[in-house]
Amino acid sequence: MIPASFDYHSPHTLEEAIGLLQSHPDDAKVLSGGQSLLPLLKLRLGSVGHLVDIGRIPGLSYLREEDGFLLIGGCTRESALERSELIRTRYPLLFDTAGVIADPLVRNLATVGGNLAHGDPANDHPATMLALRAEVVATGPGGRRVIPIDDFFDGLFSTALAPGDILTEIRIPVPAARTGGAYQKLERKVGDFATAASAVQLTLDLEGKVSKAGIGLTNAGPTPVRAKDAEAYLTGKWPNDEAIAEASRLAGAAAQPSADRRGTVEYKQQMARILCGRAIEIAIDRALNPLEPKGN
Amino acid sequence: MAQHEITLKINGAKKSASVESRLLLVHFLRESLSMTGTHIGCDTTHCGACTVLMDGEPVKSCTVLAVQADGHSLTTVEGLEQGGKLHPIQNGFWQEHGLQCGYCTPGMLMTTSALLERNPDPSEEEIREAISGNLCRCTGYVNIIKSVQHAAAAIAAQAQPSPEA
Repeated sequence: MIPASFDYHSPHTLEEAIGLLQSHPDDAKVLSGGQSLLPLLKLRLGSVGHLVDIGRIPGLSYLREEDGFLLIGGCTRESALERSELIRTRYPLLFDTAGVIADPLVRNLATVGGNLAHGDPANDHPATMLALRAEVVATGPGGRRVIPIDDFFDGLFSTALAPGDILTEIRIPVPAARTGGAYQKLERKVGDFATAASAVQLTLDLEGKVSKAGIGLTNAGPTPVRAKDAEAYLTGKWPNDEAIAEASRLAGAAAQPSADRRGTVEYKQQMARILCGRAIEIAIDRALNPLEPKGN
Repeated sequence: MAQHEITLKINGAKKSASVESRLLLVHFLRESLSMTGTHIGCDTTHCGACTVLMDGEPVKSCTVLAVQADGHSLTTVEGLEQGGKLHPIQNGFWQEHGLQCGYCTPGMLMTTSALLERNPDPSEEEIREAISGNLCRCTGYVNIIKSVQHAAAAIAAQAQPSPEA
């Protein structure tokens, strides 16, 4: 399959890229890893006059902690998350997520920024970023602005990014002590979108009660879902079997999936509930038993 | 219909060409360069038959624009054999019957090549994970895994100085 004709631009600076987007306001798309956009263009589900490839702009691929945040450059590949000891030990929720996106070959090109900017509620990072209370940095004609993740997804394949904006960074608050996270995904086979998936990030206080909870759901509605009732219920509670069961039930109830070949609405809601429960259990275990970096 | 001048390295040799924006890397290889070792399977980013190495990393060449490969270094299945001698990975697939129809094989070989470069002694689980983006519809995974293990052992043996030396 061959995409409809377009022009391709490979700017070497952000300013140049933003300028190109501005000069084609209705007819340009940002190309990052291309692993969602190129299949879409090949299948002719969409067409575009101008592709602005940001892959040759230096300085958009990084992972580092700075001033209380983990900073992820917009063009950071998923495979970079999978190979990072910082991510494996400090951000197990992100590590889990990166490892189940599409397949290993796709992850060598796919970028974290692209996964979010695509605005697909079936993608895996959105739920994870909701659970992590991330912020998205958009760089556009007016400069840089920070968008809280709760304000980022505004519809199916639609985000708060304006036509001249490029998603340049994701900012995740550095976790407090006794924090753990997990991503649990049910997929029919490697490479498929989630039938259901749940992202959980929990912080425990010194007594062992949940002091902070973040819960996101993948492919559970037209936009990624934050299970706010489940979060509120769990906060301040001992995470015993009863509390986990009730929080999971609330998360399942927050899922508003649509029926397709992956299952019925009821089945997907049940799976969201089950996966949320499993993710909570793993998150608690990880909060109590943090991993040490290898080879240090 | 913009054209772009690209220069890239393929299996160590420098190539320059003029390509249309929308030309996919796999079509560039197969049709512009007549390098038909790289296969087109599903054409929808699922099967991995079109896997090539870009700067050493396996990628699906049906989901990369030829113009994106400008300035990069590619390895295709044609680059494995050296001096008329099969690469140990190719030999492993031959010895262990790692193929039936052979359609997925170029992709399997390239993914294996990157895996063994990064992890010379992978566990079965690591092999299964590494090839999870490469589909074999002859259901030959058991033999493919044996082939990868055969290749890993052969490469390790090559690296050891022989006892007589």
